[in-house]
Amino acid sequence: MLYAILCYHDEDVVNGWTKAQDDAVLAKRRLVTDKLAAAGRHGPAARLMPTTTAVTLRLGAEPVVLDGPFAETKEQLLGFYVMEFASLEEAIATAREIGRDETGTLEIRPLHLFVPGTLPA
Amino acid sequence: MTSTAWIGELLTAARPQVVGALLRSFRDLDQAEEAFQEASLRALKHWPLNGPPRDAAAWLIMVGRNATIDGMRRDSRLQPLPAEEIISDLDDAEAALTDRLDGSAYSDDVLRLLFTCCHPDLPATQQIALALRIVSGLSVAEIARAFLVGEAAMEQRITRAKRRIADAQMPFETPGAVERSERLGIVAAMIYLLFNEGYSASGGTAHIRIALCDEAIRLARLLLRLFVAEPEIMGLLALLLLQHARTPARLDDAGAIVLLEAQDRTAWDHGMIAEGHALVQKALRHRCPGPYQLQAAIAGVHAHANRAEDTDWAEIDRIYTLLERVQPSPVVTLNRAVAVAKLRGPAAALDMIEGLAVPLAGYFHFHGVNGALLRQLGRGREARAAFGRAIALAHTPAEAAHIRQHLDLLARDVRSS
Repeated sequence: MLYAILCYHDEDVVNGWTKAQDDAVLAKRRLVTDKLAAAGRHGPAARLMPTTTAVTLRLGAEPVVLDGPFAETKEQLLGFYVMEFASLEEAIATAREIGRDETGTLEIRPLHLFVPGTLPA
Repeated sequence: MTSTAWIGELLTAARPQVVGALLRSFRDLDQAEEAFQEASLRALKHWPLNGPPRDAAAWLIMVGRNATIDGMRRDSRLQPLPAEEIISDLDDAEAALTDRLDGSAYSDDVLRLLFTCCHPDLPATQQIALALRIVSGLSVAEIARAFLVGEAAMEQRITRAKRRIADAQMPFETPGAVERSERLGIVAAMIYLLFNEGYSASGGTAHIRIALCDEAIRLARLLLRLFVAEPEIMGLLALLLLQHARTPARLDDAGAIVLLEAQDRTAWDHGMIAEGHALVQKALRHRCPGPYQLQAAIAGVHAHANRAEDTDWAEIDRIYTLLERVQPSPVVTLNRAVAVAKLRGPAAALDMIEGLAVPLAGYFHFHGVNGALLRQLGRGREARAAFGRAIALAHTPAEAAHIRQHLDLLARDVRSS
């Protein structure tokens, strides 16, 4: 079975870490993740940019683009895509196509870090 | 990480919201600060035992408020003391409070707190010192070090600034849209000044003052989190990130300034640059360009070039032309002249800045640019005079050393001709 492990924290706190603190946390985590990567059991991993970089697309008959991250508590995180775009405009246009004739929300957030992983296709 | 370090992190992160909310309750800065101190002490006592509350800010606001009100009652001896357990046992009350503290109240609280520090009667350096003390929670000693003054002098400066604010009438009603946008503009300017205070520093003190840049970025992030749809705040944060990304390459090992075109671009912080680019793109979607967005866009063009010679000077010239329209200023024209020199040569640039000699007579960079252009045109004597004026206006040893490098080059020109 494939599992996703989702990371939550107060971004004010994490953004406040010094580079040394940040590096130490990543190094500590890598002690675990490197073992899975070596065994071919580590899929793609990403670190998202802060929520201030996010744009949210509320789907519906006429989708609306809003600044900021997804902030509703009545909907749940159900999945994600990682795709490459030349611009934010292109990302928004693709999200519109993906969510055409649907309800719900798509949040678009650039990645700070991306690890492709070692999981066989 | 020690066992209580996480509490310190949570307290620092929650501070602007909590002090802002307490200021709304008590309408007095000192009292709001004291209430925050008291709530922090109780957090240090209770959180290690019970774990962090679901919403640290809501917990601190409630505890701070209750503790202060108890203190007032105790002082006036009107009612018996409530039991400590009532204050400490907040689990249920906290959930209700979190619901009531909707985002918009928080936003206006934090904005009011920052705005309070920007009182127009206070000189810029006092506004910054006050914001660092009250909003960021830096100690007086830390602020004094950053401003290179003694602790007693800084203490006095902050006390005086606070007294001035207490005397002024601060409006506490929820601001209207126009007023909110005015406040945002003033607060953004203060954050930008705070950043520049750290950015323009150099030499042996640089490592201390980088903390000012970090703090400015933290405040800009905070502001954007609260006012998510403001393109100028996106632009401000982007500008700070794109400039701060160059910090590792701005000074050489001896502490001398390394010019943008000579910097080791691999040393730039590319994570910050990527975040800056993302924010500029987001801001430009609003099609409402302001000074911070345009300056960020210019910094973005520089950051985009892997080598100095790849810089798109035509694009920089174009954005500076827009900036001259949005915010006309001799400094902007001077900066555009640098792009024009790259595009059309030093003579065209010199023509542009001729008219700036009077308004920028006391501006270090004007004389530096003027000298460099004159030198390129082979007008050595005039160049030397311009560099001489620049040295006299240098704020830091590194700035003066940089002009001396120009003078050395000039001397070499003379010898080789």
